[in-house]
Amino acid sequence: MINMLQKLGASTLGIFERLGRGHLFLYYTLRGIGSLLPRPNLVLAQVYATGVLSLIIILVSGLFVGMVLGLQGYNTLVDFGAEESLGVMVALSLVRELGPVVTALLFAGRAGSALTAEIGLMKSTEQLSGMEMMAVDPLARVIAPRFLAGAIAMPLLAAMFSAVGVMGGYFVGVGLLGVDEGAFWSQMQASVDVDEDIINGVIKSIAFGIVVTWIAVFEGYDCIPTSEGVSRATTRTVVHSSLAVLGLDFVLTALMFGE
Amino acid sequence: MMHSRTIQLWVGIFVALGMASLFMLSMKVSNINAFRAVEGFTVTAKFENIGGLKVRSPVKMAGVVVGRVDDIGFDNDSYEAVVSMKIEDKYQHMPLDTTASIFTAGLLGEQYIGLEPGGEEQYLKEGSEIKLTQSAMVLENLIGTFLFDKADKAEKSGTADKGSK
Repeated sequence: MINMLQKLGASTLGIFERLGRGHLFLYYTLRGIGSLLPRPNLVLAQVYATGVLSLIIILVSGLFVGMVLGLQGYNTLVDFGAEESLGVMVALSLVRELGPVVTALLFAGRAGSALTAEIGLMKSTEQLSGMEMMAVDPLARVIAPRFLAGAIAMPLLAAMFSAVGVMGGYFVGVGLLGVDEGAFWSQMQASVDVDEDIINGVIKSIAFGIVVTWIAVFEGYDCIPTSEGVSRATTRTVVHSSLAVLGLDFVLTALMFGE
Repeated sequence: MMHSRTIQLWVGIFVALGMASLFMLSMKVSNINAFRAVEGFTVTAKFENIGGLKVRSPVKMAGVVVGRVDDIGFDNDSYEAVVSMKIEDKYQHMPLDTTASIFTAGLLGEQYIGLEPGGEEQYLKEGSEIKLTQSAMVLENLIGTFLFDKADKAEKSGTADKGSK
């Protein structure tokens, strides 16, 4: 009995310890961002690794998500004789929800796991301690550029996802199913608002980018420096950041559109 | 490691693509053009019932959007809704006795204000009030009137039938 209670207490303390370490880590990383100003190439290389290399998967999934939305939306809307509203449906669901969320999930799988594995391997091969020996702060030299790059790349990727998705919906709706082109665009323009929908979507994607990258670099930095530890940390990155994105999405949606 | 020039080039393309998508989203998908602050003059009108009219609903004349609803208030004395609308500056020649009515686009569509020109020589200007207004059609009232009418007619024809027998 007492043993069980002790275990419960230990695991609770462990969770809080990890949370505390995570936040301290975030604080030091944010402080390290200042030292990046004279060396923007460090960030550029990471934007390339996280953003440019994720382009293909984001664009292809955006196109297909938009096309599926077009097909499914048409089949539902045509029952109500409202197939002209297809543009509204596709654009609103992409800009408000699917763009930021699906991009963040794909980003966690494509870029987040790579970040964790890279940093975890650096730790287990003692490159990070080597840097400390040379009085180079690994948080500023390794972690901060990756963190910043993730926060920059995510909103851009989400915007591309939404734009390509709208095009996909347009191809299927107007090209394939014969929705009127003028009504498709004009109804969309009449009901999508810049502040309410597009800016809120961008805010969402920035928040997701920060959370996913934070979890990814922290898991890598905090992993047990063995091959098994790195593999576990990579798994945790994908699971935790996906859960965090979905949970945060609900909170943000309630704050933005709830009223 | 790739050459740093190549990386810079790719990142440049990536950022440009992202910006272009954002731009396309705000210009092509949303209504940024329609809600840009337009120069115009404000006129008010009182309605008994505005139905589902909202701020930024269109104001149309002959089907052309000439302005937008700016503000909706309530008059405590006459218990009427006070709608102020901003008419674009290029439509200066609206007669003073213009009629404002609230219409619905389609059966269940959004509501808008329709203006019909009168014959007055003087024109609407900043701050003038449109006196002739017609309230929104409330669907429930219409259905109610229709059903009532029908019941009334059925009763009448029923008594008429009895009388003829």
